[in-house]
Amino acid sequence: MCLAIPGKIIEISADNPDSALVDVVSVRRRVDLGLLQDDRPQPGDWVLIHVGFAMSKISEEDALDQMQTLAALGEAEAAIQEIQGYGLGEGTGAETTQEQPLVGDKLE
Amino acid sequence: MQTIVEESVPARIRFREPQIEMAHGAGGKASRRLVEGLFAPLLFGASSEPLADASFVSIDGTRIAITTDSFVVKPLRFPGGSIGELAINGTVNDLAVSGARAEALVCTFVLEAGLPTEILEAEVRAMANAARKAGVKITGGDTKVVEHGKADHMYISTTGIGRPLHGVRIDPQSVRPGDKVLLSGPIGDHGITILLARRELDIEADLSSDTRSVLPLVEAMTIAAGPGIRWMRDPTRGGAATSLNELARDCGLGIALHEDQVPIHDAVRGACELLGLDPLHIANEGQFLAVVAPAYADAALNALNLTPGGEEACIIGEVADQPAGSVLGITSYGGTRIVDMLVGDPLPRIC
Amino acid sequence: MKFVDEFREPELITKTAEEIRRLADPTRHYRFMEVCGGHTHAIYRFGLKDLLPENIELIHGPGCPVCVLPMGRIDDGLSLAMDPNVIFAAFGDMMRVPGANGSPLEYKARGMDVRIVYSPSDALKLARTNPDRHVMFFAIGFETTAPSTALTLMRARSEGIRNFSVFCNHVTIIPAIRAILDSPDMRLDAFIGPGHVSTVIGCRPYEWIVHDEHKPIVVSGFEPLDMLQSIVMLLRQLQSGEAKVENQYKRVVPWEGNRAALRAMAEVFQLRPYFEWRGLGFISQSALRIRDEYAEWDTERRFQVPGVRVTDPKAAQCGEVLKGVLKPHQCKLFGRECTPEHPIGALMVSSEGSCAAYYNYEHRKAATASVLSSTA
Repeated sequence: MCLAIPGKIIEISADNPDSALVDVVSVRRRVDLGLLQDDRPQPGDWVLIHVGFAMSKISEEDALDQMQTLAALGEAEAAIQEIQGYGLGEGTGAETTQEQPLVGDKLE
Repeated sequence: MQTIVEESVPARIRFREPQIEMAHGAGGKASRRLVEGLFAPLLFGASSEPLADASFVSIDGTRIAITTDSFVVKPLRFPGGSIGELAINGTVNDLAVSGARAEALVCTFVLEAGLPTEILEAEVRAMANAARKAGVKITGGDTKVVEHGKADHMYISTTGIGRPLHGVRIDPQSVRPGDKVLLSGPIGDHGITILLARRELDIEADLSSDTRSVLPLVEAMTIAAGPGIRWMRDPTRGGAATSLNELARDCGLGIALHEDQVPIHDAVRGACELLGLDPLHIANEGQFLAVVAPAYADAALNALNLTPGGEEACIIGEVADQPAGSVLGITSYGGTRIVDMLVGDPLPRIC
Repeated sequence: MKFVDEFREPELITKTAEEIRRLADPTRHYRFMEVCGGHTHAIYRFGLKDLLPENIELIHGPGCPVCVLPMGRIDDGLSLAMDPNVIFAAFGDMMRVPGANGSPLEYKARGMDVRIVYSPSDALKLARTNPDRHVMFFAIGFETTAPSTALTLMRARSEGIRNFSVFCNHVTIIPAIRAILDSPDMRLDAFIGPGHVSTVIGCRPYEWIVHDEHKPIVVSGFEPLDMLQSIVMLLRQLQSGEAKVENQYKRVVPWEGNRAALRAMAEVFQLRPYFEWRGLGFISQSALRIRDEYAEWDTERRFQVPGVRVTDPKAAQCGEVLKGVLKPHQCKLFGRECTPEHPIGALMVSSEGSCAAYYNYEHRKAATASVLSSTA
């Protein structure tokens, strides 16, 4: 459990609002929207597909946020090392290596 | 007076399964078990030669390649081709990757009673066209008709003989660590096309079978890099993973496969992701793999890229000492996994 | 964004792996369980173990719905396939799973009408197009899949399709996690939580793990970056001594779950008082049965189901491997009597089964370091 794939809604069927044509890496598939009736997706939205049903909408915002968090990993570390490299005195560098990266709280 | 001819050496059958399953025809481990465990001991005698796409026989000092293949496909017609094309190209390709140019084919038809003539005619025309394109003569054949329901419309079998290509000798024992693995083009197109053409899935894609003769590509590669070509195979049923595993087993070495280098069309990728299939296990009908000595690899690749139809050829890996007998898939970030051959046909999954 | 390739981006993967190395305390041995079989498969498919330091051990959990299905249930389903009037429909995952008298594919080879479907709707479609036959859908899966089965049953009822029934083997994930934590042999530090089940049940159902057991759990996606980021999050929690439920898979998993899906499940299913799990024994309130209102579409009430109980061969250690107590290669039968070609238990044939994953992807992976260095 459980193979689920992201797909983009191309069009909603005219005679059945629960049926949509979805694009998955240039393959088109009919997908059932019955489980998303509380928050109906529109053409252009991305959904997660499992056994032919859309399970959830995919938030591009959250995805981008995640990518930024990951990209920042190591940058904070690099910044810390750079500061240490300035040799501003023993006390300054030692503590910062123990700290968590600055972006830690973004993961909530 | 009757003489009873006895077997001079009783052949040992290693195949212990009580019945034949679909898996035995899928080209994977089960197929191999059947061939090595039942057919080989009884039919091929004491020969310990590894099984290859074609075999060579010597007639009065002349080496001739010979191969046979049968074609069972549903549906008969699909985007990019039909059973007729497969029947010609499949055998031409088996000869090509064995280092031979197909000279003549004979074909057998097993037809189902009730088959509309126009369907048969369409396939025979397709075969004639494919043979013309591939530059091979069809010199004879046989026909049988079976009762309705005993054949999926038609089964075609082709046997081909070929003339060895000059300057190339295929031998898995000549493979060495450091040799490069080349692939002629994108994988998975044929198998996924067939799957979608069966219309059991609500999936549509812009895909067609890659069926074609690979002889022109093989010939170009042979001219440029003949002495360096160690091994070739066309990855049909069972996919590239199966062919590479067969090589690894036959030469006792390992294959390092750089997964991100393997060309795969988007639609194949998408369909495989949706169904939980691995493109490396999907059948191809117009591609081949080649192992080439490092000194000749660039010349071989170049020759392919410059030949029409070989533009997407690339190097996808190399031979290594380890893991001996297996294929190791390596991702661009250094993750590794063993790429095995399947037991039977790839099955879609939801989990 | 396409939501797949971005999460396989090599530079980010390398960065995240470095962060894991930085965070992992070299004096500790971490034991993280990934509950879900899909995560087990992802770990092997993407070769993620190669990116982790030696002191992080990933233990495979029981979240493989095929693996935990007792053989008897397969035999029960297949006994109905013997009726020439019945079409037995199931997902591809089930096709090679051995029953006492063979797998569904073997039954098909013997002439029984066994079909692979990709969705419960496909099975219902079969019923519509074969009005003179009965279509029996062998339903498996955790809460990810159950809502789709539920919706399909609701449609069958509203359309009055009578030649359709579901043999329901849906199971629920929380009792399985409880069984793991109750097991005396288990010593775990944290959980990588099931990503797709959580799109339905949300993240709240895991709160007891942090409150009662004080173990962190991060609900994770399935791409390499998702799983690596989840491990970073677990390490951070352990480092700071906290234990909470975190949602790494935010782009897909809503904290409150999918209400419409939960409603569909509640309409059609109710909890069985108990259900037998392969390897874990009987667990109460851990599986779904079809409600009385839908009895007509319940295979177990439409037909006489034998109710076979088949015990696993004594030497097979499926249970211990399922619970993560044993690694696949530590089972006595692994690689010998039990291989993907002749599997004894479902763990060797299911695409997510840890034995199959280990055999197909890991086994024989000796000296990979030498391969990587020579091909770099």
